[in-house]
Amino acid sequence: MSNAAIELKGITKRFGSVVANHNISMTVSRGEVLSILGENGSGKTTLMNMLSGIYHPDEGQIFVEGEPATIRSPKDAFRYKIGMIHQHFKLVDNLTVTENVILGLREEGRFSLKKSAEKIRKICETYGFQIDPMKKIYEMSVSEKQTVEIIKVIYRGAEILILDEPTAVLTPSETKNLFAIIRNMKKAGKSIIIITHKLGEVMEISDRVAVLRKGEYIGTVETKTTNEQTLTEMMVGKKVDLNIERTDPHDCVKRLELTNVSVTGKDGVKILKNVSFHAKSGEILGIAGIAGSGQKELLEAIAGLQKLTSGSIIYHDPKTGKEEDLRDKTPLQIRELGVRLSFVPEDRLGMGLVGSMGITDNMMLRSYKSGRGFFLQKKDPKGLANKIISDLEVVTPGTETPVRRLSGGNIQKVLVGREIAAAPTVLMAAYPVRGLDINSSYMIYHLLNAQKESGTAVIFVGEDLDVLLELCDRIIVICHGQISGTVEGRKATKEEIGLMMTNLPEEKEDAE
Amino acid sequence: MKNKTAKEPLMRIAKRTDMPVKQSVIIRAAAVVIALLACGVTIVAITGGKVDFLSIYSEMFEGAFGTARRIKITVRDTCALLCLAVALAPAFKMRFWNIGAEGQALIGALASCIAVKLFPNMPVAPLLLIMFFFSVLAGALWGIIPGYFKASLGANETLFTLMMNYVAIQLVKYFVVLWEKQKGSGVMSTLTTGMLPKLFGVDYGWSIVIILILTVLSYIYMKYTKHGYEIAVVGESENTARYIGINVKKVIIRTMAISGGLCGLAGFLLVSGTHHLVKADLVGGNGFTAIIVAWLAHLNPIVMTLTSFFVAFLDVGTAKIASACNLNDFASDVVVGVALFVILSSEFFVNYKVIFNRRKKAIKEGE
Amino acid sequence: MNLAYILSRAVAQGLPFLYGSTGEILNEKSGNLNLGIPGIMISGGVAGIVGAMLYENSVAVPNGKVGLLVSLLFSLLCSVALSLIYCFLTVTLRANQNVTGLAITIFGSGLGNFYGGSITTLLGVSSSSVAATTAAYKAPLIPFYDKLGAVGTIFFSHGFMFYLALIIAFVSWFVLKKTRTGLNLRAVGENPATADATGISVTKYKYITTCIGGAIAGLGGLYYAIDYSNGLWDTNSFGDRGWLSVALVIFVVWKPNLAVLGAFLFGGLYIADIFVPGLTSATKEIFKMLPYLVTIIILISTSLMKKKENQPPASLGLAYFREER
Repeated sequence: MSNAAIELKGITKRFGSVVANHNISMTVSRGEVLSILGENGSGKTTLMNMLSGIYHPDEGQIFVEGEPATIRSPKDAFRYKIGMIHQHFKLVDNLTVTENVILGLREEGRFSLKKSAEKIRKICETYGFQIDPMKKIYEMSVSEKQTVEIIKVIYRGAEILILDEPTAVLTPSETKNLFAIIRNMKKAGKSIIIITHKLGEVMEISDRVAVLRKGEYIGTVETKTTNEQTLTEMMVGKKVDLNIERTDPHDCVKRLELTNVSVTGKDGVKILKNVSFHAKSGEILGIAGIAGSGQKELLEAIAGLQKLTSGSIIYHDPKTGKEEDLRDKTPLQIRELGVRLSFVPEDRLGMGLVGSMGITDNMMLRSYKSGRGFFLQKKDPKGLANKIISDLEVVTPGTETPVRRLSGGNIQKVLVGREIAAAPTVLMAAYPVRGLDINSSYMIYHLLNAQKESGTAVIFVGEDLDVLLELCDRIIVICHGQISGTVEGRKATKEEIGLMMTNLPEEKEDAE
Repeated sequence: MKNKTAKEPLMRIAKRTDMPVKQSVIIRAAAVVIALLACGVTIVAITGGKVDFLSIYSEMFEGAFGTARRIKITVRDTCALLCLAVALAPAFKMRFWNIGAEGQALIGALASCIAVKLFPNMPVAPLLLIMFFFSVLAGALWGIIPGYFKASLGANETLFTLMMNYVAIQLVKYFVVLWEKQKGSGVMSTLTTGMLPKLFGVDYGWSIVIILILTVLSYIYMKYTKHGYEIAVVGESENTARYIGINVKKVIIRTMAISGGLCGLAGFLLVSGTHHLVKADLVGGNGFTAIIVAWLAHLNPIVMTLTSFFVAFLDVGTAKIASACNLNDFASDVVVGVALFVILSSEFFVNYKVIFNRRKKAIKEGE
Repeated sequence: MNLAYILSRAVAQGLPFLYGSTGEILNEKSGNLNLGIPGIMISGGVAGIVGAMLYENSVAVPNGKVGLLVSLLFSLLCSVALSLIYCFLTVTLRANQNVTGLAITIFGSGLGNFYGGSITTLLGVSSSSVAATTAAYKAPLIPFYDKLGAVGTIFFSHGFMFYLALIIAFVSWFVLKKTRTGLNLRAVGENPATADATGISVTKYKYITTCIGGAIAGLGGLYYAIDYSNGLWDTNSFGDRGWLSVALVIFVVWKPNLAVLGAFLFGGLYIADIFVPGLTSATKEIFKMLPYLVTIIILISTSLMKKKENQPPASLGLAYFREER
């Protein structure tokens, strides 16, 4: 018998007319770390969800330890000793760590939270987790929650662990800890599957790499015998020109100036602390930082969606030269001031667009109030919808098809298209290429560059440092809600920014 | 692990968004037919076989349309339901679960009566106007209160509006005792003024006209106006609404004022057009039935004319059969309930598809 | 009229609320906002009468205890059947919970009042008396209660359904709070996707809890129909008791142990007119508004405080579908 812990044969999974996985065959060996590498939307998570019982394959067969296995539910998965740690944590906020860990288990003996908590403490000692078993989930940080998820799987005696983009929410030092734990588990003979699109981590942690592209299995390679370049090519299919065209900024004047902006969250925690920077017309200002460092709140504060606890946001009107303070103004008041502020939010369908409406109706989100009277005016939005469909090559059955049914890239084109159509003086975009295929991503970069050329002040929040360095003129780095530094896009290095993302300059930490 | 040979799931369920309109219409039509059949079986069952299955439908038709008077009653009941369903539509479109139509209509009816009691000697035309405003304002108030607390605190509107129904009912009971015909009778004397004039020779002729106009206006309001657009956006995603600068709180309160106000108007029509008095069961559960009527019509006011007619038809038709068998007319609720179950079930087949697994067999055959 | 007697009436009035709200709490803990509970209570009650009547008419000398068992069985079957319809529509077919619940209430109260009103005609029975069964229900479990003074009158003058209600409420609290099943159930109501991912069968939990909850609520109707109203069903006399039970769930912030106190308080308010001096027949109607007003105030204040533990189960009212993406 082979050393295969899991074998997939001819797995196909469809969602409606979309083929998420097509005829995938691969193996996972015992005691190895296998990376599943692929772009967003390449079907990695779907494939792994079939191992963990969330989805069921339409075609094909899964073998565990050489035996055909039918995994109908997560419970079945546990029976096969497969445990998955999802990207979006599956924890019940209102329950404690212990309660979450033992959820759904059928343990021998009397039900005792104390006994279970003791067992959890032991696991923590073995692997070096720092967690209070009696703490409630809603009081926890993201990395604590991830720890709970890992404990949950270990507690259930999983031999095969699947981690879906585990480092996306972690700081570098937390990532290091995680990798140490993964190595421990590997030593204990467990198989670990990591879903990721970060090449550096693939090279660092895995023994083998399986590559998926657009739902197809491309191949598996030994990490030792490959390099990042080869993997990139396998992942994206053809060698892509990573160069983003960047022109020199011109006619730069201050357009937006933030001074000592602070924002406090609902639970009283300071999300932004004394943030000061300015954005200039004709340049792209990048904002780098670990996810959840306050980028979202920063953009929302500018857009009038967050209340400031202190500070000011001054807008310099290019026409009149007047200065307006946008603090404590609603989005409507900001628009009424004549400020042409466009905003591509991170949550496209939850904030930027209405998923159940067609493109025309989504165009109206920005313009429905225009025109006098009580009635809607649909002609212009329809024209705009058609223009965006043809200009940005949006693939859609029609202007009335609910945008939810479009692919990620097309959804984003609709959103960005609408925001640019307003001829903004300030354009803010949060993670505008997240989840997009290469071609759509480049179209977005191109659109942002065109805006910069035409004199718009562009603010770009990104996660991929390579892109930030190639696209932006200046980059401010945000760390725990504070600005830890500003660098020149043309001169800075990834290492430099990476360091700033996790470390605040000393005088700032003292000031706390 | 090996001794537990897990079986292939027999079938799976997947969401669908791509059903052609034609097919969905066929499914719904089939559901109506099945519902009618189920109603027939139910009637046979609850009457203990006293009626013949085949004669049920002609009896029901007879009950609903047999005479001019019956036609009038069927139309009246349809409109009573329709008015409340139309009133609920904007709130539901906003995903605001207003299940307080019963109370909003009742408080509107009460306000109408109060207006009459306050100005008993006023000429009918201005009095009707005052009654109208009183009702609409009272209904709107009953909608605004839960709307405000939902908008500002996120208080659960389903439970809130439910409670408001009974506050209204108790208020009505209080006033009914004050206005009692005879002490202890629990019934108020019929109003002598404040009645809508006859139209087409029917007392409630104007009610019908007003309700039909309202239905069309409501359709236009939801589909072609800025307000309607705002309601749709708030309903789909409050985040999006805030992002584009809609004052979500204002829209929620405004929409609940409209929804409650229209329910209040329904109360006015019940008093002024039909009953000429107020009582705790004046709305008679229509406030709840209307929720289902609106939902089954997918919140489209024009389609609501069909769904409310369907329910009213079953109601009136069954009542006829029940009274012929000397049974009480709660039989109608039983039959309507059965029909609703069938039609609610049918939506599943529009929104989901069931996929049967035949793969396992194929593999076995191959071995 | 002494205080002990009044309080014992308050307790008797409170029992339907206690059954109804305990049943609804279980429903809501599984994420099902079952607005069908009022209908289930009414039909569960009338089903009990129907069962007892069938039995008492089929034998010459009816035995009360047998009648009791028959009525209990009829009631449970009826409530569970309605709960199953609710589950099938909302859990299996994913119909909207509010709409389905209201349809159940229309159907259930129609069914109850239909049979309640035309019972003798329909069943072709000679007598509508269920006296023997009623007597069995009303027999105090502790016959010497009157020797226990006021406490005896308030708490021990009731039939077995009083004790049953307390036991059910306590067991419900214990199961929810102290057992693995309760933990799993709470998870289903809070976050079904998570529960599902840990191997809990969301469908099974929802079905079973909703049926048990429905059965419990139906017992409230049964108590009202046979014990409280002596087996005589008066159309619409059940009134708003079903909805008050739903209100009580909010009032006691989803805790069955608190529901015991809440139910008796609501029971007291319900008959306030017999012990609050100076109430006229008009102002007593205003007084009856109190339970609803108090519930509204509780609803507002729990929203105001935002305490995580006092909120409705997070997935309340939402259908769960695993392949959502």
